[in-house]
Amino acid sequence: LSTTKLALDDQKVKVTFVLNDGRRLESEAKVGDSLLDVVVNNELNIKGFGACEGTVTCSTCHVILKPEDFKKLPEEASDEERDMLDLAFGLSETSRLGCQIILSKEQDGLEVRVPETINDARG
Amino acid sequence: MVPRICIVGSGPAGFYAAMHLSKHLTNINIDIFEKLPVPFGLVRFGVAPDHPEVKNVINQFTKVANKPNVNFYGNITLGKDISLLQLRQHYDAVLLTYGAEEDKTLGIVNEDAHNIVAARNFVGWYNGHPRDIDLKVDLSVTRAAILGQGNVALDVARILLTPVDILRKTDITEHALSALAESKINELYLVGRRGPLQVAFTIKELREQLKLPNCKTVWREQDFVGVEEVVATLSRPRKRLTELMLKSYNESRNCMEKKDKYFKPIFFRSPNKFLTDSLNNVNAIELICNKLVGDNLENQKCVATDQKEFIDCDLVFRSIGYKSIKADKDIVFDSNGFVVNDKGRVIENVPKDLARLYVSGWLGTGPVGVILHTMSNAFLVAKSICEDFKDLNDPPKGGFEEVKNILSNHQIVDWKAWEKIDKYEIEQGKKLGKPREKRQYVPSFTGYFRD
Ligand SMILES: Cc1cc2nc3c(=O)[nH]c(=O)nc-3n(C[C@H](O)[C@H](O)[C@H](O)COP(=O)(O)OP(=O)(O)OC[C@H]3O[C@@H](n4cnc5c(N)ncnc54)[C@H](O)[C@@H]3O)c2cc1C
Ligand code: FES
Repeated sequence: LSTTKLALDDQKVKVTFVLNDGRRLESEAKVGDSLLDVVVNNELNIKGFGACEGTVTCSTCHVILKPEDFKKLPEEASDEERDMLDLAFGLSETSRLGCQIILSKEQDGLEVRVPETINDARG
Repeated sequence: MVPRICIVGSGPAGFYAAMHLSKHLTNINIDIFEKLPVPFGLVRFGVAPDHPEVKNVINQFTKVANKPNVNFYGNITLGKDISLLQLRQHYDAVLLTYGAEEDKTLGIVNEDAHNIVAARNFVGWYNGHPRDIDLKVDLSVTRAAILGQGNVALDVARILLTPVDILRKTDITEHALSALAESKINELYLVGRRGPLQVAFTIKELREQLKLPNCKTVWREQDFVGVEEVVATLSRPRKRLTELMLKSYNESRNCMEKKDKYFKPIFFRSPNKFLTDSLNNVNAIELICNKLVGDNLENQKCVATDQKEFIDCDLVFRSIGYKSIKADKDIVFDSNGFVVNDKGRVIENVPKDLARLYVSGWLGTGPVGVILHTMSNAFLVAKSICEDFKDLNDPPKGGFEEVKNILSNHQIVDWKAWEKIDKYEIEQGKKLGKPREKRQYVPSFTGYFRD
């Protein structure tokens, strides 16, 4: 059991978060991690990201994928994930919650955009 | 010289602003003042006990509070223990984030009858808000109504209709738990002025309601006339929400199975007056029937018709929204009950030598939206403060050193003291199989707590 776990741990993938101000946060992640894990484990400086700690109740981990990457994800968003996405700013066709994207070898080199959370409108 | 900022109110707006400020201004001191002896505002006293995940945000706030240049001072009320003018004399910037604590009233006949309860007080009661510990609510009746169709209304409905053994595992207060265990409510109306296409609750809250064990949702056929036809034209969030209602509507029409409890949304009705018995207990509501006018489906206005409807019920929750109060005489509200601001900057003629004034959260945006929206607003306002601080060259201010003198013998709860309370509450909760049992704060001269 422990050897398979180790083998998994060995598998690293590259992920890049592109922030609204143009900053690119490139990081290394383990297969099996969620994008939220990547942000937390690497202490990536994304303000407010992951407020509910991956329990699908906040949508502060909203990310936008490229259409080709979006299509490649093994699982579609659940109803609960979509419910939270519906509240997010800048919702797009290829939006997902970062805490629900689990990295596999196929996602090596993934690049996601973190949309602006500041919304100027009242309310 | 270290610029000094003070934040009044320790809810999400206060903490998210502190998060942004402490990240973007390296050389700064932030003092957070809070009326209650405990932090986190509506995250602690509003968010429903069966939503523990939402409260995880407290962990991010705690990190902010633990930064060396961020201080928390609880049990200090703006407008009572300290004035806005005093704060503005001793800080470079004052950010008001003290929320919206009052509930809106309907202003109709018999609104003060027994067993008409403000949702805000009911929420405070089950969440242990000091203001609401002694709330009187008689749950021995079978029929109740909630007036309003927002998320708070759905929270109240869910707490009333959830099997009490599920609530036992949450941080709901013990006094609420024992009252709810005896509750006889088995028929609950949810009354809204407008139609299914305009409801203010969000889909997550509705989905939870529909999934409650042993509770059947019964929609009215007349309310859904024409709804199916327009679904395709709606924006994505509204479309998904409407589809969920339609699905539930179609299911409930075809299912005749008996359940213990019934949840009954009613649309297009405005309360007009409450009817009471000889002891001044509410026993029915007179409703005015509305119709919608206007072309934009999601934004139609409702106008009254001359038709009326009566519903019998012996308990009413009023849940039509919150409003902010004028905590200090120097805070200026406009006619809509807002502090007029531009990206958080309070519009005023800045008196020389006084701290600049900012506002954020429900006090600045109005009492709408979830924590995500409050966060977004807090970041926006904090950004304004950062911009303004670039050209700050006011004479140095004394900050808390000066304020302390004004407060002299006042009992202050700092972060260390809160951590002790926190630890104690978690220990007490453990004994009861709950994540926490909140201490019951009562303001007194001898201490903060009842137990
Ligand atoms: C019943 C209810 C349930 C909710 N549930 C959810 C949910 O599940 N998920 C979600 O995302 N959002 C939820 N929300 C919305 C969320 O709570 C708000 O978006 C958010 O709390 C607003 O933050 P705020 O900081 O502006 O105000 P508040 O959270 O109200 O904070 C204001 C703080 O100021 C303090 N204060 C007041 N007066 C003074 C004074 N004179 N001096 C000093 N301090 C003072 C108060 O004690 C309080 O701590 C809910 C709201 C309510 C009402
Ligand atoms: S972290 Fe809250 S929804 Fe993903």
